[in-house]
Amino acid sequence: MNKNKEQLLNKRYKAEQRFRLYGLSAIFMALLFLTIFIFKIFSTGYSAFQKTWLIVPVTFDAELMMLDQNPSKEDLQDADYYDIALKSMADLDPNANEDQENELKRMVSYFFEKEIKNELLNDPNLIGKTKEVYLTASDDLDQVFKGNYPRDLPEDQRRVSDYQLKIFDQLVTNGKVESKFNISFFTNADSREAELAGIASSFMGSIFSILVCLMIAFPVAVLAAIYLEEFAPKNRFTDFIEVNINNLAAVPSIVFGLLGLGVLLAIFHLPRSTPLVGGITLSLMTLPTIIIAARASLKAVPPSIREAALAMGASRMQTTMHHTVPLSMPGTLSGTIIGLAQALGETAPLILIGMVAFVNTIPGSPMDPAASLPVQIYIWAESAERGFVEKVSACIMVLLGFLIIMNLFAQIIRHKFEKKWS
Amino acid sequence: MNLILFTFIVLLGFTSYYFGRKKAYTIQSTKKRLTALPQFYGYYLAIWCAIPAFIIFSLWAIFEPTIVKLLILSDYSNQGYLDDELNLLYEKSKALSRGQFTGEITPFIEASAEKYLSLRSIAQSSKVVIVLSAIIASVAYAYKRISSNSRTREPVEKFLNAVLFTASLAAILTTVGIVFSLIFQTIDFFKVIPLFDFVFGTHWYPAKAFVRDSSEALDPTMYSDTFGAVPIFAGTFFIAFIAMCVAIPIGLMSGIYLAEYASTKVRQYAKPLIEILAGIPTVVYGFFAALTVGPFLKELGTSMGLEVSAESALAAGGVMGIMIIPFISSLSDDVITSVPQSLRDGSYAIGATKSETIKRVIFPAALPGIVGSILLGVSRAIGETMIVVMASGLAANLTLNPLESTSTITAQIVVILIGDQAFGDPKTQAAFALGMSLFLVTLCLNIVALRVVKKYREKYE
Repeated sequence: MNKNKEQLLNKRYKAEQRFRLYGLSAIFMALLFLTIFIFKIFSTGYSAFQKTWLIVPVTFDAELMMLDQNPSKEDLQDADYYDIALKSMADLDPNANEDQENELKRMVSYFFEKEIKNELLNDPNLIGKTKEVYLTASDDLDQVFKGNYPRDLPEDQRRVSDYQLKIFDQLVTNGKVESKFNISFFTNADSREAELAGIASSFMGSIFSILVCLMIAFPVAVLAAIYLEEFAPKNRFTDFIEVNINNLAAVPSIVFGLLGLGVLLAIFHLPRSTPLVGGITLSLMTLPTIIIAARASLKAVPPSIREAALAMGASRMQTTMHHTVPLSMPGTLSGTIIGLAQALGETAPLILIGMVAFVNTIPGSPMDPAASLPVQIYIWAESAERGFVEKVSACIMVLLGFLIIMNLFAQIIRHKFEKKWS
Repeated sequence: MNLILFTFIVLLGFTSYYFGRKKAYTIQSTKKRLTALPQFYGYYLAIWCAIPAFIIFSLWAIFEPTIVKLLILSDYSNQGYLDDELNLLYEKSKALSRGQFTGEITPFIEASAEKYLSLRSIAQSSKVVIVLSAIIASVAYAYKRISSNSRTREPVEKFLNAVLFTASLAAILTTVGIVFSLIFQTIDFFKVIPLFDFVFGTHWYPAKAFVRDSSEALDPTMYSDTFGAVPIFAGTFFIAFIAMCVAIPIGLMSGIYLAEYASTKVRQYAKPLIEILAGIPTVVYGFFAALTVGPFLKELGTSMGLEVSAESALAAGGVMGIMIIPFISSLSDDVITSVPQSLRDGSYAIGATKSETIKRVIFPAALPGIVGSILLGVSRAIGETMIVVMASGLAANLTLNPLESTSTITAQIVVILIGDQAFGDPKTQAAFALGMSLFLVTLCLNIVALRVVKKYREKYE
């Protein structure tokens, strides 16, 4: 009998331990996913911040450029750089036949002509002389140099030919290949060529959308929260508004995209693909988030503050505007930033209103077509070229960086400025 | 132009505020008692400046285009043009006047473009004149009216109250806007495709419904067997089911552990770390699922002799499940912590272990709240877009094999609407009909979930 009891007790304790272990392993799993996730993004993305350059001697032959003696600045602008650019690439291998010359040309980006031109514009005295110029390597060679591209595949299965690899290896042994910090990733707009593609256009698009979103959502949401928390009579109608707000907070984001498409574009004829429409759509989405946060922080202001103001003869409006609202601002602001961070990561509604269009210019205002960072991630992730994979991860790193900064900022505002009552 | 006018009106508003306050001070200096603080007199005048400006601006925005259009098209009336042709003419001359027209320029269009420009400039200048005179008149009237015993605080506060009330209508307006944008396209869609075929049809090939000209668009035989949404609905719920299979055990167990077992230190670090998972944008999960999990599962399957699609439902659903873990864990954590301590104490007092207490006392007590949080998770899973678009297939297969690819409502909406859309095309309308069903399903889930959670909170508060 006693033994039986002990067995039972042991069994129960074992069950207890097992249960505890389940809980611990659940947390462990969740954290493991997070780690794998971040590791994967960083390990594929960090190399995008480096860019491979080929150092090629270029002879600035005035005849080939069709320049006269003592050319003016305009002449230099209009000169023909294609021939010297081509020649300097072809000169890498003096014995190259025509096909091989073509392959040599494809070892650098199609931007090489422009890069040579900029070199000369910076220093017009170079005419007739030879100088080593940094040229952007093609994305395939870039990937080879970074070790992301298998070299042992059969030649017909890879995009770099044996010949290109041979010349490239020669350049590497001569120290004519260099890897530098990839500034153009931050200053270039999107491009079909992975080695030239940058995030500047989508970054500006994101900034404009978020600004439009902030300018619409914040005032409306704060005013609505003040009304609902401080002035609204308790009746069916305000209940209905509440139900609406809570529901909107859980409506799938793509439905807001349909709203933007069906109302903003089809009825109001706002310009397609622009951060303006994107921002308005996002503002409708963030509205409930901010309202809920603002209401919570208004509710947290103790009634004694209101009572004191009312007792001094302030009207209800004065009490609210002079005392309750300022005291609730830290909470409201941190809620707003969190809402904006959500909006910054949103993709689906922006795709529906056409912000996936290929934009190779940097937008100067919310009325210009643009993409946004998450949409850029989607666009690049869908392209087949290998060079885009690391770009996607790098773009994700930039986006995550912004989200982390915004969330930290929200935390700081909350902890630094919020008054602790009680 | 409008911006300059707007700035000017704002300046006028500030000026009237200044004058109102000044008048109040003058009254005060004559030793009369004011009925409100001086700045209220200022606000009062500023409001009298803002209201007429706002009314006239919005009237103009509503009526100006229609009137200009009527005036231009009056030239062409009685010439036997159809309505559509007239609209086209109008749009052409508008584009020409902005210098954006690229087609063939006829003298007709040129003339109306010129007329359009002149009408627009007349409209603009009359707007400026009317707005400014209305503002000056109303401010002058109000300025005259204020005296020592006039009430200014009450109207100002009433006005503010009205503004606050209007802002709170934004949520309702958004809901109305959603329903409005979905319903018309959906109704048009069901005029062409019978509701029965949509709800019970098992073939979904929207690409087949490619419309070349409008005469084909109304031929219903063309659409038979193209818009049967059963595979889409099945795929949606199937992927959501896979996601919940991952999210419920992990989310619930970590919620329980955090609420009941974890020390404050563990809780302090683990909870925000898990919540990071909720803050990662979905497009990032999509990339992860498509690039890492999909190929990994495929390789794993091949090594075990299974045929796995690179875009399997399992990859999309699994990653979606990871995304939902924090929703379930933090909501169930909240729910469990709000179970009163007395219930736990009672259970410990009769000798129950901690896990027995959790399983037999706390879990049943917290069940409604947990169910609510799971329902919210399901609604998230159904509405999730980017993971499915990037990691799951785009062809709608009717299958229950998690290793094959399926498609969902959200993925189909994106596939149909990406790029240029022609409104009035059944394919576009189909996307809106899918959006409508998505909205209705998530709406029901949300309402039930929110009600359950709210009831539960009230019970223990």
